[in-house]
Amino acid sequence: MNTISLERRRLGNEPSTQTAAETMVAFERVQKTYDGRTLVVEDLNLAVRRGEFLTMLGPSGSGKTTTLMMLGGFEQPTSGRILLEGQAVERLPPERRDIGFVFQNYALFPHMTVRENVGFPLRYRGVRGAEAAKRVEDALAMVKLGGLGERRPAQLSGGQQQRVALARAMVFNPKLILMDEPLGALDKQLREHMQIEIKQIQQRLGITMVYVTHDQSEALTMSDRIAVFHEGRIQQLSDPVTLYDRPENRFVAGFIGDNNTLACELAGTENGLVVVRMQDGTTLLTTGLAGPADSGMTVSLRPERLGLDTESREGAQNRINARVLDKTFLGDRVRLSLEAFGNAHLVASVPAAEGAAIMPGSTVTMACSAADCRTLTR
Amino acid sequence: MAQTISLTIPAIRPDLGKALKRAERPNRLRALALALPALLFLLVTFGAPIGVFLTTAVRNPEVREILPQTVSALDGWDGQAVPAEEAFVALAADLARAKANSTAAALGKRLNYESAGMRSRIMSVTRHLGSFADGPLAPQFVALDPAWADTELWAIIKRNGAPVTPYYLLTAVDLGQDASGSIGRVAADQAVFLDILGRTLWIAGLVTAATLLLGFPTAYVISLAPARVAGLMLLMVLLPLWTSLLVRTTAWVVLLQTDGVINQLLLALGLTTEKLQLMLTRFGTVTAMTHIQLPFTILPILSVMKSIPEGQMRAARSLGAPPLAAFWRIYAPQTLPGVAAGCLMTFILSLGYYITPALVGGPRDQMVSNFIATYINRDLNWGMAAALACLLLVMTLSIYLAFLRLVGAERIKLG
Repeated sequence: MNTISLERRRLGNEPSTQTAAETMVAFERVQKTYDGRTLVVEDLNLAVRRGEFLTMLGPSGSGKTTTLMMLGGFEQPTSGRILLEGQAVERLPPERRDIGFVFQNYALFPHMTVRENVGFPLRYRGVRGAEAAKRVEDALAMVKLGGLGERRPAQLSGGQQQRVALARAMVFNPKLILMDEPLGALDKQLREHMQIEIKQIQQRLGITMVYVTHDQSEALTMSDRIAVFHEGRIQQLSDPVTLYDRPENRFVAGFIGDNNTLACELAGTENGLVVVRMQDGTTLLTTGLAGPADSGMTVSLRPERLGLDTESREGAQNRINARVLDKTFLGDRVRLSLEAFGNAHLVASVPAAEGAAIMPGSTVTMACSAADCRTLTR
Repeated sequence: MAQTISLTIPAIRPDLGKALKRAERPNRLRALALALPALLFLLVTFGAPIGVFLTTAVRNPEVREILPQTVSALDGWDGQAVPAEEAFVALAADLARAKANSTAAALGKRLNYESAGMRSRIMSVTRHLGSFADGPLAPQFVALDPAWADTELWAIIKRNGAPVTPYYLLTAVDLGQDASGSIGRVAADQAVFLDILGRTLWIAGLVTAATLLLGFPTAYVISLAPARVAGLMLLMVLLPLWTSLLVRTTAWVVLLQTDGVINQLLLALGLTTEKLQLMLTRFGTVTAMTHIQLPFTILPILSVMKSIPEGQMRAARSLGAPPLAAFWRIYAPQTLPGVAAGCLMTFILSLGYYITPALVGGPRDQMVSNFIATYINRDLNWGMAAALACLLLVMTLSIYLAFLRLVGAERIKLG
């Protein structure tokens, strides 16, 4: 076997090995096609743990919303099984799944007051009278909307509507809550505020949440685990830090944050690190997967992990000589446009104070650690 | 260094509003100038004719213009006894002039509305004017027709000396004035208009209900259909609108007549053993009107349905509502603005139907418009036609206003 695997691969399409008790939802070999020709979801195996905040992240058309709709009961899988607490639900209509759903545009009922909206799910669960009223008030208090119960949705701001949608999805204590890009319509400041608030509520109540977004910073902020979707497949399933620091393929490396992608070839291994040779023959010590390269081998390096060779970076294994092409001042940081390894182009982001003296046209020595250089073969 | 932040509170300028108005004036004038041709066109071709026509409902020129001397001779008459001789003399003089101007027939026709037999009395006096002997005219009038000794007859002439009359409007709601001028119900055999009014409302209501029953599911299906299929379905809904109303109505005549397509089909299928009377019936009228009105009900409902986000039903389902409950509690209430607009449009248009009841309906299915047409075309009674038109207008407006009050203007969406 000529494949050298230096890390345990944690890809979503491995069969789940978790026990039923801690698994809330399990997708097993789920496929979905709308037109009978192309698969929107190719072969989905995914286990959502009880009490976790799992985000499905990906560009539009990646299959993440389809997956959420299949879980909510609005779409049926073409093949495969969906288990909710160990029970197959793929043929169960949405009203019998006991899942709270927060829709992209909230889908509040415009002809009902806030209180009637939040009380709506209770009516179908036999909760009436004083008990129902109390639960509605509790739910509204939880999202800090007490006192707005008699308003109609149209009289609320976008953020308030978002809170009503959340209260309505939680008031009946569902098994889990699904959210389809719920913050997309809010402005940046409010969105960041709501991210924290939703996360806090989820943690306080220990609810299982499955969240869909195309905003990577939102996913990194809120999630316990992130499943990155692309072309109907889960590209990587890990916690946010792992996802950011150790992307497993070029799509994930490029989709989450900024990245320099540099062509290279395998030179060997050394002390558990992968040695790669760049275009001009220089070698770099890297980490990552060294498998057979089906579409070339590359090194990914984040701009902020590539710094000037100062004392603080003495431990970094790699030194790169580069010519400064351009310098952009960004306030707290300086963005350097560099040429290295012959004519490869790369970008570095350094603190403004460090970069102050650097002039375009000069030559600098940059440093980065092997852990920040990720060798990717896919 | 301490930094001072100075806050300048802008002084309230009283001339600001004026300045704003001045700045916006060119825009407003331009907008007005653009709309002016249409406004003028509407005023000349729509507003003015309606206004003039409606005054016809109360105008009362005949007695005043044809019998001026009689009217002034009756000025001081108390109505207790038969008027004095000078009234008869004045009437004879007026009628002599009317004979010369050939206006006696018009007078006779107008007075005949108030009391049957007046036409023949006027015409008889006019004919005998030349043969009246000298001396008091009153006995000779009475000799010609004893009714001339009746105070009621003279009261009618005196009352109609006024330039306006409530007669047409009262008649349109089955009321009349007796000799003393007090208002009361007319005799049962003449009380037809309230019946016609009720029938008009009933037929319009039936048509509205039928279009809603057929149109709501159709609109729902179209709103859910994929874009291309929906376009085709909408085309089929609109197709009848591009055909002349008269053509569509006559098509229904072809279908509904005793030897028509429907009867032959029913017989061939063995569903009936004898031919059904479909033409000249209420059923035929309502069916044909429903067909014609269907697009008017469907279109507003469809446009509102299309604006209801797909997520609404999904949200209701995910919250626990079964499909039917989700439809009735969440979807249907949100279609109300469209349902209201569509029904209002069909109801109001149905109130004014003319050709369809005239061709497809029987005598018991004729609506207010048919009677307006009859008064204009056959009886040349413009006053009565105008009074019924007034009634129709008032009815339509009050239904519209009541509807706005009940449903609210903001809840009616035409598109």
